[in-house]
Order: sequence, then structure tokens, then C-alpha cells
Amino acid sequence: MDKVKKITQKRLFLPVFCMFLVMAANIIYDVACGEFAFSFFTISVRNGVLYGRLIDILNRGSEIAILAIGMTLVVSASAGTDISVGSVMSLAASFCCMLLAGYGVSSTTELAVPLIVGVLGGILMGCVCGAFNGTLVAYLNVQPMVATLILFSAARAIGLLLCNNLIVYVRNDSFKFFGGYLGFIPTPIIIAAVCVVVMALLLKKTALGLYVQSVGINKKASRIAGLNSSKIIFVCYLVCGLMAGIAGIVASSRISSADSNNIGLNYEMDAILAVALGGNSLGGGKFSLAGSIIGAYTIQAITTTLYALGVSTDVAPVFKAIIVIIIVTIQAPPFKAYMKRRAARKALAKGGAAA
Amino acid sequence: MKKKKINSNTLLLIITIVLFVVMYAAGCIVYADKGFTHLQTFLNVLINNAGLLCVACGMTCIMLTGGIDISVGALIAMDCMFLAVGMERWGMSAPLLCLLVLLIGLVFGLVQGFCVGYLEIQPFIVTMAGMFFARGMTAVISTDQVSISTNQFFVNLANFKLELPFGSYVNSKGVEQIPFIRITVIIALIVLIAIFLMLRYTKFGRSLYAVGGNEISATMMGLDVKKTKLKAYMLSSFICSIGGICYCLNTMSGSVQQATGLEMDAISSAVIGGTLLTGGVGNVIGSFFGVLINGTISTLVKTNGKLLSSWSNIAVAALLCFFIVLQSIFAKIKESKK
Repeated sequence: MDKVKKITQKRLFLPVFCMFLVMAANIIYDVACGEFAFSFFTISVRNGVLYGRLIDILNRGSEIAILAIGMTLVVSASAGTDISVGSVMSLAASFCCMLLAGYGVSSTTELAVPLIVGVLGGILMGCVCGAFNGTLVAYLNVQPMVATLILFSAARAIGLLLCNNLIVYVRNDSFKFFGGYLGFIPTPIIIAAVCVVVMALLLKKTALGLYVQSVGINKKASRIAGLNSSKIIFVCYLVCGLMAGIAGIVASSRISSADSNNIGLNYEMDAILAVALGGNSLGGGKFSLAGSIIGAYTIQAITTTLYALGVSTDVAPVFKAIIVIIIVTIQAPPFKAYMKRRAARKALAKGGAAA
Repeated sequence: MKKKKINSNTLLLIITIVLFVVMYAAGCIVYADKGFTHLQTFLNVLINNAGLLCVACGMTCIMLTGGIDISVGALIAMDCMFLAVGMERWGMSAPLLCLLVLLIGLVFGLVQGFCVGYLEIQPFIVTMAGMFFARGMTAVISTDQVSISTNQFFVNLANFKLELPFGSYVNSKGVEQIPFIRITVIIALIVLIAIFLMLRYTKFGRSLYAVGGNEISATMMGLDVKKTKLKAYMLSSFICSIGGICYCLNTMSGSVQQATGLEMDAISSAVIGGTLLTGGVGNVIGSFFGVLINGTISTLVKTNGKLLSSWSNIAVAALLCFFIVLQSIFAKIKESKK
């Protein structure tokens, strides 16, 4: 009994547990369909590239995972959420495609500027948006949600202006690389992995991770202890913008176009959900990057599983909502206290019976 | 005689009102030839935003307690779809459906309020789940666009015009145009006045401010914070359902993608109107002018005809930015005075 308790109290218990549940659901589904029980896990090579449901989840979940990195930092440092990431993704994609195609061109096969200029431009645009949010939150003490609400509604509109209200297609093989394949592995997986490793090293090997947590736990105390709280919060938002920029490039490369109205739609919700699912408190403070990443892929696994079960895109949110409510209820302090009281009463009754 | 001191919150409200008047006057001067000066243009702003006005009133109540409700847009979509499918496919009567919609709103708010108040989960997460749920349920009811045309009662209600006795003019064809408002405007204005009076004169209204100002002192004063929050979310979802009926009377259809982003319009209206997201400060009159500013901007962009519609989004966002910075400057001045 004690051993079970020890495991359930681990930080990463919840996200890993959810992941297992999703996998179990898949296995049951496969058996019910009369297929091989572990067809969910089989990875094969078709047409020279990796193929399988697991690979698909890893591939499609890349954007959410990349966003979740930035969101984790923002949530931890400022106890608020950045709801603009989806729109910033769209803006970065639009800016990148506008640079590559030239202003007012709706479809091109030739690049107007070198690929690297377009991509860096898109990522830089993400950073600028992050810096804007960061300035408002860190230096003007605006609540994170309101501050990011500005770009939430404006970024997509600016993207449309940049593209002259068109969907810009860049049908060039070199641009397709970011959403395509490197050798036999899908490139988004590699990009996500690089982002995660770099950030993890940065947070573990330098004091940055510690600083972020301390600012999140108590902003004033950290400042008195000699930390530049505002600057750290600013950096967190900057990183969040940077990640949104990278995710935007990947998303637009996947469809080799900049569809301002649809790129990154509702991704901010998925990213926040990933952070919550990863066992991180949305009230700021301590965070676990690994939890968020597992959370991100779990969400993608849920989505993919729902689609595999034949649930339509429009109906899928109902299940997502139910899952969210269950998860946050389990984590809620009053619920935990209630369960503890119940367990204590049970133990008391047991003791009474024995005597 | 002692001069009454204007505090910063009243000042913000005055700035909002002045901005609206200036913006509208500028529109009248620039687009005088396109009929911007007619009373009907102003009334159309009200007619088009009646649903939003209701939602903004409810949102203000929630924001006063320091919470937020982002499920309103999806809830309106669900209401519209329910009304449309109920009338067109199930052949139910309109008044009964309207009552059911209001009941759905209450239950929806009850669940959200319970999660926020008693389970102490963050409002953003709870209402985000609510948003997913409502949007998904809309698709469960029906995935195609359903338009209302057969229910005579509802159609009559939507086409009802209350003609005003003043402000009429003769148009270029020599026909006298009498300015009118629709029933949705009347509903929205009744909601506005009711909420205004409630916030000012009832115990519940004052306790909303108290909870938002400081939860701990509210508890010490003997207020039931959990219950107040529960009631606030119920009220918001209820008013949102009234707004949903208004919205449906305007659009006369239900579809899954209806009213996307309405929650952000409502929040920005409230913020422009001087409501603080930290809670405790705000007024529905401010939100009313926030909605009017929102509507005026989109009308200006539409009247121009050449500008892309995304400009209205950018303009609202820029205004929001301006007001947020203004609020934070006022807050800093207040702090330095202490």
C-alpha cells in the first residue's frame, strides 16, 4: 500500500498514467477490431520513411510540444498563461511565407529570398511578439491573460494584412523540408527534440531554471534576494514567442502555405492543457519540463485515438473537455482533502471493527 | 463647497466615453456622405451588438469577482444551434425552446461555478473546458448550418420593428425613413439596466465587488465567497443565454463556427470600459461604452469599404493596449501615493 502511495505521489505520475490509459484504450480497440493487439506500437518503413501510429503522434504532436516548452516557463514565472501563441504561430508563418514569396504573390515555386532569410524572419517575428507580451507583463505589471489578449486578436489580423488577405503558397521543395522528412525520420520530430534538449540543458546546467521557479514562487522575495524578477519574466515570454515562431514555421511548412485563419487555431488551448496535464500548477512556481512534454504528446495521442475511433473533428472537443475536468478535479486541493478525510474515516471504521 | 475628487476609475470611464464620442463624431465628419450622420447608423450598431452587450454585462460580473469566462462564445453557438434545430427539425414551439435555453445556461453556469467556487480550480481552465464542451455539443446536435425560416412566431419576433417617433429623414428616392430598433435591443437594454441596478443596490451586487477586492477580507466580513462565485457564474451563463437568443434573432441560423472569438470581444469591451481583470473594480456602464466602441470601429471599417476587415481587429487590439497601459500607469501612481 505504501509503495502504491509513493508512486502516485510522484510528480510525473499523472501524465505518465494518462499516457498509459490512452495506450490501453488503443490496444483494446485493436483487439476489438480483430487486429494484432500491438498494432498501435508497430513501426514499419514504407516508401523509405518511418510509418506507424506512434510515429504519427510524435510527428503531429511536435508543434504542441514546442509550444509547451515556452508555455511551461511562462506559467511558472508569471502564474499566468500566454493565450497568444496560436496567433503568433500564424503571424510567424505569414511573415515567413511573405518574405519567401514576395508581397502580394499568392503562389510561387521560386523563392524570392534565400530560405534562411524567410525562416529566420519568421522566428524573429515570433521573438518580437514575445518581447511585446513580455514588456507588458514584466515591466507594466499587466495581467498575463489581458496582455496576451492583445496579440491574440491582432496577430492573426496582421498576418492577413501581410499576406494581402490571401493564402500564400510556397511550393518549393526546400521549404517543405521543415514539415517533411530528414532521411527517414519526420523533420518536426527532430526539431521538437532539439528544442527540448537545448531548453532542458539551459534550465538544468545554468541557474535559469532555478531563477524562474523562485520568481514564480515569490516575485518580491526573489527581487529582495537579488534577482532581477522583471527581466526573468521578460525572458520567459521571449522564449515563449521564439517557440511559437518555430512552431509556426513547422506548421506552415507542413502545408507549404500560410493560411492565416487556420494555422495554430486553438493551439494555445492545447499548449496550456499540456502544461496542466504535465502536473504543473497553473499558479506558478515549480515546474517540470518533462511533464509538459509528456502532456503534449498525450494530448496528441488522445486526439489521434479519437479520430481513429471515428469521432469527428467537431465532436472531439467534448471528450477533451471531460478529460480536462477530470484531471483538474483530481488535482484540486479541496478534492484531495476530501479524499484524505474519507480515507481517514475508513481507517477509523476498520480499526473500530477490529477492536 | 467642497469639490468632489475624481478618482482614477471614474477618470477611466470618462476617457472611454470621450473616446467613443470623438470616434463617432470623426466618423460623422469623414463619412457624412455615406449616411453616417443618420440616427439609424447608431441604432444599427446597437442592433448588431445586442447579443454582445448581454454577454459583456455577464462578463463584467464575473470579472468583478476576479474570474474570467471564456466559454460564452461556444455557449452562444450551442444556444443558437439548439434553437435552430429545435424549431426546424423537432418542430418545438419557440417560447418553450427559449425557456429551455435559459435553463441550459443556468445548469451550465452551475457546473462551472461549482468547479470554480467549491473545487477552487482556476476559472480559465474550467471555462476553457466549458468552451470545448459547448462547441463539441453544438456539433453533436448538428454539424450542418441550420437556418430558421418556418417558425412563424420566431420570424415575427425577429422582424419586429419598434419605430421611433423622432429622427426620421427623407432619403434620395424621396421615401421617408423612420429609424427603428429591434426587440433584441430592448432585451439587451433591460439586461443592462437590471445588472446596473443589481450591482449598485443589492446585497449580492455589493458582495461581488467585495469578493473581487479581497477574498480573505470578504470571508472575514462573513460573506460566503464560494456561494457568491457560484452565483456569479450562474448569472453570467444565464445572461449569456439571453444574449444567445438575441444573437439567434439577429442571425436566424445555427452553425458550429458561430460566435467564435465572441468571448474575446466581450472581455476587451469590459476592459476598455474600465473593468480590472484583478477584480473589484468596474461597472456595466463602462462595458456598454466598450461594446459601442467595438461596434463603431467595425462600422467605420465597413463604411470605408476599401479597408480589409482585419483592420477592425487591429484597431480594437490597439485600443485595448492603450487602455491596459493607461490602467497600469494609474495603478503605479496610486501605489506611489501610498
